[in-house]
Amino acid sequence: MALPATLSTDIKKIREEFPVLSQKVNGRDLVYFDNAATSQKPRQVIQALVDYYQTTNANIHRGIHTLAERATKAYEETREAARAFINAESAEEIIFVRGVTEAINLVASSYSRAFLKEGDEVIISALEHHSNIVPWQLACEQQKATLRIIPVTDKGEIDLEAYGKLLSERTRIVAVNHASNTLGTVNPIAEITRMAHAHGAVVLIDGAQAGAHLDIDVKAIDCDFYCLSAHKMYGPTGTGILYGKRKLLDAMPPYQGGGEMIKDVTFEKTTYNELPYKFEAGTPNIADVIAYREAFRFILGIGREAIRAHEHDLLVYATEKLGSMPSVRLVGTAPEKVGVVSFVVEGIHPFDIGQMLDARGIAVRTGHHCTQPLMERYEIEGTVRASFAVYNTRDEIDQLAEGLQRVINFVK
Amino acid sequence: MNDETPRSIAAIQDEIIADFALLDDDAEMKVLYVMELGQKLPPMPEKDKSEENIVKGCQSRVWLTARLESDRVYFTADSNTAITKGLVSLLIRIFNGQKPDAILASDLHFMNAIGMERFIGTQRSNGFSAMIRQMKMYALAFKTKMEIGS
Repeated sequence: MALPATLSTDIKKIREEFPVLSQKVNGRDLVYFDNAATSQKPRQVIQALVDYYQTTNANIHRGIHTLAERATKAYEETREAARAFINAESAEEIIFVRGVTEAINLVASSYSRAFLKEGDEVIISALEHHSNIVPWQLACEQQKATLRIIPVTDKGEIDLEAYGKLLSERTRIVAVNHASNTLGTVNPIAEITRMAHAHGAVVLIDGAQAGAHLDIDVKAIDCDFYCLSAHKMYGPTGTGILYGKRKLLDAMPPYQGGGEMIKDVTFEKTTYNELPYKFEAGTPNIADVIAYREAFRFILGIGREAIRAHEHDLLVYATEKLGSMPSVRLVGTAPEKVGVVSFVVEGIHPFDIGQMLDARGIAVRTGHHCTQPLMERYEIEGTVRASFAVYNTRDEIDQLAEGLQRVINFVK
Repeated sequence: MNDETPRSIAAIQDEIIADFALLDDDAEMKVLYVMELGQKLPPMPEKDKSEENIVKGCQSRVWLTARLESDRVYFTADSNTAITKGLVSLLIRIFNGQKPDAILASDLHFMNAIGMERFIGTQRSNGFSAMIRQMKMYALAFKTKMEIGS
């Protein structure tokens, strides 16, 4: 697939928006390929944080003074931007959380308490991050329910046939990711959701690896919950969203108690606030939420289609380049992938490769990527993972391949 | 029996620091050199690569055993990663043939001096500390054994 001419020239400009990228690491230009862990931040996001603290800082929703109103307005504007970004029905369906981990914990705790009973089943896939495994283990233990695992194929795809067999009248919740952090596989979440709904189960989608890379339309997917982390999509750390269908969020008990989430408090009985505030106890992460809006703007400003095309070009290029090296074995070769290339090199520990690449200024991730069960599935200890963002280039992939070849030559 | 006095721990550290100074502060050269040192480490018997010989706290797997010959301590080690193995080989170069007291009293400053902690990373540095701690534990055990025996 050819790179759209307009975007290839724009990448230079896009890179200039990321101050962190212009530095040298160990004497060489930084090559940042750890985007699946966290992406770098464009100037407009950083500036929004600075502006907030310099001009606006106030607690939201309760204050009646000018700064409080300004902060509240900016905070609620991000909620509306998030709604539009994922095409939710209403802004009340957007709950601000610390990130995907908290979003999943919220649902696993609150929804399970109300709707998961003894003998019920929760289904997740073998492709999940620990943050989409452990909360469900806790919930199942608490409610005496059973956790079922959809196997993955050799290529790293969710086995839909096996999934179909796991679904039953006992299934209450299905939780899978939109895209895999370790392998990059894009999962058929609309189909997974349709199959779950046919059995009366609700569906949660972990969108951590989709936010910066894929189109997200919760109405088209028809999922019941969808989670995003801001920091993996050019936004600040410490914030993210949980989308939930209103009727489900209304029916769920509060997750945490405190200020902001209540209507009236007496020692006899407390009544809870309306959505979304029912789930936002205490003073939230106001600054980061406000700056998160700029991350949505940044992505939409370039255009999700253009981003996808550019990252797909990088994925194809890296897959060919690294895949053709004799001792390199790619892990995860699904036809539908985001820009993630995971690999192992015969006879060389991923950690050594990571250290060696770092010495050349190239940042990759090594290890199990918080997906130990998946590593077990492939009978490996870990992989080296290069994950791409809109600011990466083919030239950087060449540098990765060169560094990799050097370590292979040395060891072999 | 080995009665000759080995060079002091401080002198060996100085020698390592001088070796690394030849690499012109080139991060890649340093990593390659450390890996090369690891390749030269005498092999550890497979039977010693057991669960109980794993050094806890290291991110990569490290096995360590020690023995006392006369009043001197000798370590054998291996790791599943080349860089760790190289770093471990440096510790063995420093400690092998020393008396338990000298190991216990040692102050290892060479890691900072060769600029290793700068790119080995925090987790690995912790692992390295665990390795040193374990070696000192062995030295303490041998010291105690010698005192009881005498």
